[in-house]
Amino acid sequence: MKMRDLTELAGRNLREAVLRNSLTTLGIGVGVASLVAILSLGVGLQQLASSRLANSGLFNAVIVMSRENMRGGFGRGRGMTADTTASVPPRPLDEEARKELATIPDVAEVYPEVRFPTGIKFGDSTYPTVVAGVPQSSKGSGAYDGIEGAFFSGPEAQEAILQIELAKQLSPNPNALIGQNVTLNYAERQALAASADGGISGGFSVVPHEEQLKIVGIIETEPATGAGGFGQVRMMIPLNVAEKLQAAQTNDLRSVLGGNGGRPNYSSLTVKVNDPAQVEAVEDNIKARGFGAFSLVDASKNLTLIFRVFDTLLGSFGGLALVVASLGIVNTLVMAILERRREIGILKALGASDGDVKKLFFTEAGCMGLLGGIFGVVLGWAIGRGINFGANVYLHRQNLPSIELTAVPVWMVVFAIALSIGVSLAAGLYPASRAAKLNPVEALRYE
Amino acid sequence: MGSENGAAVCAEHVAKHYRMGEAMVRAVDDVSLTVKPGEFVAILGSSGSGKSTMMNLIAGLDRPTTGAIYAHGKNLAEMNSGELARHRSQTIGIVFQAFNLLPRMTLAENVELPLRLAEVDREERAGRVNQAIERVHLSGRASHRPSELSGGEQQRVALARALVNKPTILLADEPTGNLDSKTGDEIMTLITEINQSGVTILMVTHEQVRAEKYARRMIVMKDGKVVSDGGQR
Repeated sequence: MKMRDLTELAGRNLREAVLRNSLTTLGIGVGVASLVAILSLGVGLQQLASSRLANSGLFNAVIVMSRENMRGGFGRGRGMTADTTASVPPRPLDEEARKELATIPDVAEVYPEVRFPTGIKFGDSTYPTVVAGVPQSSKGSGAYDGIEGAFFSGPEAQEAILQIELAKQLSPNPNALIGQNVTLNYAERQALAASADGGISGGFSVVPHEEQLKIVGIIETEPATGAGGFGQVRMMIPLNVAEKLQAAQTNDLRSVLGGNGGRPNYSSLTVKVNDPAQVEAVEDNIKARGFGAFSLVDASKNLTLIFRVFDTLLGSFGGLALVVASLGIVNTLVMAILERRREIGILKALGASDGDVKKLFFTEAGCMGLLGGIFGVVLGWAIGRGINFGANVYLHRQNLPSIELTAVPVWMVVFAIALSIGVSLAAGLYPASRAAKLNPVEALRYE
Repeated sequence: MGSENGAAVCAEHVAKHYRMGEAMVRAVDDVSLTVKPGEFVAILGSSGSGKSTMMNLIAGLDRPTTGAIYAHGKNLAEMNSGELARHRSQTIGIVFQAFNLLPRMTLAENVELPLRLAEVDREERAGRVNQAIERVHLSGRASHRPSELSGGEQQRVALARALVNKPTILLADEPTGNLDSKTGDEIMTLITEINQSGVTILMVTHEQVRAEKYARRMIVMKDGKVVSDGGQR
């Protein structure tokens, strides 16, 4: 029998026992819905975590530090072993190094981490915090997508972006701060001339200084501003402005004592790579030049693996419901064979082969699987939206920004419907072969 | 032998035995017969004589325990289940005492069913269905369901369904058994017309008078054996 005829006859048969078949289809739908709802939560969480991490700008970045600084602490990352770098002498992380790193293929930009402790004067109070310089390129990274107000108008703008916690400290209505000025109290580093007796040269004195900045934006989370370090950054200013401030940083002391002639050394440099796929190659290149380097590529691979395991576990639980629902198909079709015994005999008498009868029952099972799958995907999506809605209502009450907790990508729709049809066909295997094996003479005698 | 004499149906020492508990039932026991193309043969016998079993064997709905059955020279015993299905679809048309129409289908849909099974093109089907319905004088009732038809009309639909795929052999199992005398005669007249168009008829019946009136040859079966073969009249 041709597929179209099979489908027509199967549809007719399904309509004949509409209540029973609808309930069976509903059972499959609920099974698929549970699978889709659970998977959509897993995928949604993965996408949320990935986008947050991607927005942090760390996955296309290599953090470069002086090799001495990395020993025994920060940066025991991929390849930070003695055998790969021991043959290359350590290099200072100075301006020369910054220019050299910028010439490496696939490097988009290199900028230093400028991060210093400060006090912010607003009104009558002073609030201690940490300030970080942010390159202008961060604007397009996605890290500032949720900003209230605006990003810096230019790389030299005397402007500041506050992290929400600091903004809340400054004013109960943080958004009202946008457009207002704050005063930055910081320690300016002033280089000292070499002493006449030939003692230690390249020292510096620390002088308190103030700088007026206009608040242009407020952001919920602290975007990554380099290798990190002491304290949480709660104010961001343009990197060029931060560099010009000549603010004393923690590594300044090390520079002086390290005897590098007073030339400023960076605590770390961030190397932005054009393509995240090139991060490993660039990282290796930097290490070969005598610098310490690390990236979060390995961390992201582990994260993907963890989420895959998580999704598989969730999917297994959701799939159980589908397997249980498939038993309903077996039951429905076995009942249908009993009821349609005579009809099967008539079909065989009229020329239907065993294969035709088998295909007819298979098609009925497949139709139930298809309809159940479509219904289940819609229901699962709706449940996901419900979870999303509930979560966002809660977050809203906590004054937290909205998130997309669930996601139903196209592959999941296709997978769920295909799985539903597959499971239904598997469930129809036994009834279909039982129907096909019916003796037509006995079937025709059946009343 | 059966493949050599050009017979429509040829049975050679056919037996069909069933085991019922401890007992062995010989439903058909060493039956040999030959039906020439275009013949109208009535197989007569009382209940349990084996005539319906014989018809099922000829239809390929069942397989003989021993012996061979040929239809137009092809040995049914050598056919697999798919080939037997094709034999029923293309060579044989069957009508039953109980009509065996599918109740949820209309008259036209019932008649169309063998064409669907034979994978006849959709465009061709409508014409052939109409032709078959006209042949049994039921034009205008095509959209009716079996429950809306009388017994005689239902048997005519069954005849149309049996003929729609242009079989060369029509097997009729007690075709008038569920009908009154007048309607039964109408059906028999129709079957005679079908026979006159060249279709070989094998009719199983227990009604001797009707068999004598319409069939041109009568075979009588008793206890699974052929006890009388009247030959061509």
